[in-house]
Amino acid sequence: MKEKIAIKVDDLTVAYNFKPVLWDIDLSVPEGVLMAIVGPNGAGKSTLIKAMLDIIKPIAGSVEIFGKPYKKQYKEVAYVPQKGSVDWDFPTTALDVVMMGTYGSLGWIKRPGRQQKKEALEALEKVGMLEFRSRQISQLSGGQQQRIFLARALVQKASIYIMDEPFQGVDATTEKAIINILKELRKEGKTVVVVHHDLQTVPEYFDWVTFLNVKKIATGSVKDIFNDDNLTKTYGINYKVSVLQ
Amino acid sequence: MTSAQIEIQLIACIVAIACAIPGTFLVLRKMAMISDAISHSILPGIVIGFFLTEDLNSPWLILLAALSGIITVVMVEYIQKTGLVKEDTAIGLVFPALFSIGVILIAKNAGDVHLDVDAVLLGELAFAPFDRLLIGGTDVGPKSLWVIGTILLLTLGLLIAFFKELKISTFDKQLAATLGFSPVLMHYGLMSIASVTTVGAFDAVGAILVVALMIAPPAMAYLLIKDLKKMLVLACIFGVIAALAGYWMAHWLDASIAGSITTVLGMLFLAVYLFAPNSGLISVLHRQKRQKIEVHLLTFLLHLQNHREKSERHINHLNEHINWHKVRATSVVNLALKNNMITIDDHIISLTEKGKIFTTEAINYIITNKSAAIEDMKERFFLFRG
Repeated sequence: MKEKIAIKVDDLTVAYNFKPVLWDIDLSVPEGVLMAIVGPNGAGKSTLIKAMLDIIKPIAGSVEIFGKPYKKQYKEVAYVPQKGSVDWDFPTTALDVVMMGTYGSLGWIKRPGRQQKKEALEALEKVGMLEFRSRQISQLSGGQQQRIFLARALVQKASIYIMDEPFQGVDATTEKAIINILKELRKEGKTVVVVHHDLQTVPEYFDWVTFLNVKKIATGSVKDIFNDDNLTKTYGINYKVSVLQ
Repeated sequence: MTSAQIEIQLIACIVAIACAIPGTFLVLRKMAMISDAISHSILPGIVIGFFLTEDLNSPWLILLAALSGIITVVMVEYIQKTGLVKEDTAIGLVFPALFSIGVILIAKNAGDVHLDVDAVLLGELAFAPFDRLLIGGTDVGPKSLWVIGTILLLTLGLLIAFFKELKISTFDKQLAATLGFSPVLMHYGLMSIASVTTVGAFDAVGAILVVALMIAPPAMAYLLIKDLKKMLVLACIFGVIAALAGYWMAHWLDASIAGSITTVLGMLFLAVYLFAPNSGLISVLHRQKRQKIEVHLLTFLLHLQNHREKSERHINHLNEHINWHKVRATSVVNLALKNNMITIDDHIISLTEKGKIFTTEAINYIITNKSAAIEDMKERFFLFRG
């Protein structure tokens, strides 16, 4: 393979209370792809990305980011969690949430300054949220909250972006805006991994795909492997991919 | 004021501030109940520490008691992780068990120990000035003032140094973890500070008031302000107000200082809960009433627009047609008249030009849900606001 490998998952098994939710996953994500992780509910999609991010400890196997463990590479990775994972009533503004993305490069104790604020404002502009910068975060719509999360990831200036269902519960305009930014990131040579639910849009949005259902079913370019066979194996029912016609 | 009075108020204020800071983060982390657990379960630590040091203000006693606070947190989390019971149940299981060990220890050694359960629960702020700290024979002030003052300085130092880390791990634990800030470390750091503060304040205000001072001021600030830094400051201010007002209330009633401070906190919270500008009960009710009127007005105007025939627009038929009581129908008609949206000509209601435009735009808004348009509309049409 000519490409550099951005994320390499080796024999990864994750269990909750001794019940495996991910079973011996081997996966290589080449640098510069825009990859969807698809699979039914409970397939372990979120768990897989959390294991990649070292948030969940596996019972076996390992993850490498550009050939090194996550702990040494965390500045290379930006994470966009599910919108519902935080309390949006937290007393803070949109700008402040985006600034949190700069904390990683600052390290402990050092405080964000003018430079960090400038970067955060630029990211807000990129996602079309500049005018909402002083808005209290509970006053934002679901789509706007998702854009704030994306902006927060953008200020991390990472090489790899990992997102958990960024299109869930957002309006069509936001979905378009997000996918445009993701495509732009890919153009800049970044690697983007997205947990995705809407199979219809996979060929339109992504160039790489991983089918997951506790075990890895298949991974590769959308052109080669996004077909009835893999969908049926993943979802367990006879799947018709109307989008491929 | 005598110097003892000033000292008591000073101690009360410093305790209030020292409690409000960790309390703010506990409230935001939805962990308010853990402060209740800590405040009770440090009792065995205090009793054992007192056996060993015979000094309620000894740093060893404070550390030992704080340690039993941390053990509480660890035990609660352990029980919760088994998945057999929920967090509140786990809290309810752990702290009475530890507290009762402390109660038994006191009862068994009542003869030797200068500690009683009343003092533990309610504190003895009034006696605080009697226990002096002597350095080289010189009186430098009450011991508890030095203890809680040191704890406050420590808390403030840590808050300033780790404000960003505390904020991010409170708002988004997972992001904090991926950025290399250990949320576990921040969690136990905060729990340690909460435990140490509880022990330091315990002697002065007792187990019950510690909880009130940790939770009520941040809860009030949370209702009033949506900025973390300002919330911290406001919580401290509320704490200090309650401490001072409570002291003077106790003085006036000749009652327990701790009890009076807690009562003031309760009354302050009630006032904030009722009168907070946006989230207060009165403001919410007022807003709901206004929204109700707006919806009724719109329903009425839509009816007029949809029914051009005169019989449908006769004022006496309104009641039957929109199925409203006479009072409501009258108030809506008056409102529409006041805003020049309708005219009444021989008991027949007609929309004015302004009323027509408004109705069309309102329907448009309901269909497209474009908030910018309605904001603008409200400015132009809803004159009865404000």
